[in-house]
Amino acid sequence: MGVTRGWRSALAGAAVASLALAVIVAALGPALTVIPIEVLRLVVGSLLLVFGLQWLRKAILRASGWRAVRDEDSVYEREAAAARAAEHEERAGVDWYGFTVSFKGVLLEGLEVAFIVLTFGSTQGSIPLAVAGAVAALVLVVIAGVVVRGPLSRVPENTLAFAVGVMLTTFGTFWGAEGAGVDWPGDDAALPVVLAFVLAVSLTYVGALRRRRLAPA
Amino acid sequence: MRRFLHFWWDFIVGDDWRVAAGIALALGLTAALATTWATAWLVLPLAVAAVLWLSLLRVAS
Repeated sequence: MGVTRGWRSALAGAAVASLALAVIVAALGPALTVIPIEVLRLVVGSLLLVFGLQWLRKAILRASGWRAVRDEDSVYEREAAAARAAEHEERAGVDWYGFTVSFKGVLLEGLEVAFIVLTFGSTQGSIPLAVAGAVAALVLVVIAGVVVRGPLSRVPENTLAFAVGVMLTTFGTFWGAEGAGVDWPGDDAALPVVLAFVLAVSLTYVGALRRRRLAPA
Repeated sequence: MRRFLHFWWDFIVGDDWRVAAGIALALGLTAALATTWATAWLVLPLAVAAVLWLSLLRVAS
């Protein structure tokens, strides 16, 4: 949006969306702390599992060749052409199209981040620490973007999606089972074992689906 | 309203509702077994592996 419609509108949309996300985290964070921890872990675990499996499923299908890896260059070209072609309408001093698209993009993607921050923070008893982690990640991404100055196509997107899927599925499995009343052998020490299991299963599935795709019909 | 519900369905459930349904069933089974079976912790990881494989196979077959 910044390149095609102007940075002022794009940054204004992103800033307002960030503010909305901050309000959501500030409002929901304290509310979550009054829910009993077992109930919270069950709900959070279920949601993380469903989210994680969505990510993992897509990443495995892409890694094994059953779904095309996103071509960021062509996506960028398509979106840029649509943005250039859109009508110019100025409201309150900003280009309304640029503002709305930036706002919507940052808010929708940010909702997923806000959800992860709230759930990880509330189940571990420290939402501010989870917020600090998310802010640190954001700063790192911005620094990397400025240093590299490369297009998104250079980011190993599917590898990142695979890693996120494995992590979310691991935490979802761990907390979901705890919330359902299970005691893990070794308590928190079971977490790396669950992580290794999810990773091994996912990599096995990538290999199996690759062989399945290449096998003669 | 319909678009609002569709957004939340898409956001939480995604493009294969069977995954969400399978996880709900597995959590219910885990909760039912947790009080009587010491190794009930095995149920969810195995269910996750099975649900994921079945969902992948739907695309790959």
